[in-house]
Amino acid sequence: MENVIIHIDVKKKLLSSEGVMILEVKSEIHTGTLTALFGPSGAGKTTLLRILAGLTKPDMGKIQFGDEIWFDSERNIDLPPQKRSIGLMFQDYALFPNMTVQQNIQFAQEEKDYSFTQNLFKILQLTEFANHKPVHLSGGQKQRVALARAIARKPRLLLLDEPLSALDSDMRIMLQNEIEKVHKMNKATTMLVSHDLNEVFRLADRVVCLEKGKVIENGNPQQVFSDTSISGKFQVMGQVAAIEKQDVVNIVTVTTGNNTIVKVIAFDDDIRQLSSGDRVLVFSKAFNPIIKKI
Amino acid sequence: MDAEFIQTLLLTLKLAVSTTAILIIIGLPVAWFLAYSRFKFKPVIEALLSMPLVLPPTVIGYYFLLAYSPRYWFGDWLGRVLNIRLAFTFEGILIASVIFGFPFMIQPIQSGLRSLPESLLEASYTLGKSETKTFFKVLLPNIKPSLITAIALTFAHSIGEFGIVLMVGGNMPGVTRVASVAIYDEVQSLNFSTANQYAFILFAVSFVLLTIIYSINKKPDSWKML
Repeated sequence: MENVIIHIDVKKKLLSSEGVMILEVKSEIHTGTLTALFGPSGAGKTTLLRILAGLTKPDMGKIQFGDEIWFDSERNIDLPPQKRSIGLMFQDYALFPNMTVQQNIQFAQEEKDYSFTQNLFKILQLTEFANHKPVHLSGGQKQRVALARAIARKPRLLLLDEPLSALDSDMRIMLQNEIEKVHKMNKATTMLVSHDLNEVFRLADRVVCLEKGKVIENGNPQQVFSDTSISGKFQVMGQVAAIEKQDVVNIVTVTTGNNTIVKVIAFDDDIRQLSSGDRVLVFSKAFNPIIKKI
Repeated sequence: MDAEFIQTLLLTLKLAVSTTAILIIIGLPVAWFLAYSRFKFKPVIEALLSMPLVLPPTVIGYYFLLAYSPRYWFGDWLGRVLNIRLAFTFEGILIASVIFGFPFMIQPIQSGLRSLPESLLEASYTLGKSETKTFFKVLLPNIKPSLITAIALTFAHSIGEFGIVLMVGGNMPGVTRVASVAIYDEVQSLNFSTANQYAFILFAVSFVLLTIIYSINKKPDSWKML
């Protein structure tokens, strides 16, 4: 495995719905890792992927992949996407409508690699659709084809823009495994944009949290999302799905990793600052959680 | 039908086919440039290329006649250096017809390209494909209706071209006398039955071509269904 570092230090002025925003990212990524970009929409996650892909030009800064300089505003270097050895999975999939699924994948390969393609189809359950045109596929199927196409080239840097958003939860869990497998198989460096906390925990070695164009946190998911000041026997991280009032208490529904649901009873004081979608930590201190084989 | 009638129709066909063929070759790169370039003076080029849509053909024909004339530098240079004379020749009306047909070839292709999602182009670039390969393998196959419209419109328009041919080429049988000019000529000499035949053929060809264009454009572009 090549073991080099990707240096990213870029700045770009963006026009968002809330006015001018400066996207400013400085980070180092080790090759072979899987980094998640996490944050609210409009934080600049997609733009950062586009900058790495060479599709959007930063105003200033430097991107260096090992010894290879991809972008350097001072030295006027801006490598075109063709020369960056990347695979980008677009949010709108960008499948070529004139080509079948198989042709879409083969178009991505410099040399046709039949066994690799067949393997990819098998993993992503696309074999039976190989000769279909994208127009005849469902949203989830298109998303898998887009993923396959981004991987097919065996890029050094794989950029995935919300790769699993259109899939149902079973498919999503299965594909999370597959992304992990493919990531390890290719020994590529992967960056994925995700809104899904579970996904970040499942897949990422590292998470970069972006908000309004700035990196607010950067580290491994455990560090970033768990509150280390709380010591508990039992800790689950999740997202608030709903808050219902029942008599004097409230029932807070929290979805956690692997799509399990936890219901927690909370008093008015506890939920004062909580709203749907918040990241929360569910923990127990005094009581021992009970474990039972199922 | 007499030999001259057939000769005129064949010449008309030759002019239209040559014009269309040349315009496909020159028009594709120009349309690509106009669709994607952010060149500062692009509007000026677009305006120049679209002039034939608004100017009377006689105006353009007049300028061509001046350009071809040995009394001015361009015609003089053509004659002295290259030994070419363009006024009242088939090559002369062909060049004029190509220039005149430019907007009919370019505009449908340009708007077809612009309506494609930009991510298709970007996806191809990120897969390591050059601009040329992207154009021929990804962009063009996905704007087939626009392409067919452009070709059919250019062809139909050059078959019916009158003013510019008459100005630049005159009315020389077998050289520059095309069907539309012949109609005018036959009517002038009160020869209505021949004029009638020419008129019917031009009408029928244009009608068939336009019907083809409209039936193709009824189907949405494939990418729009995605």
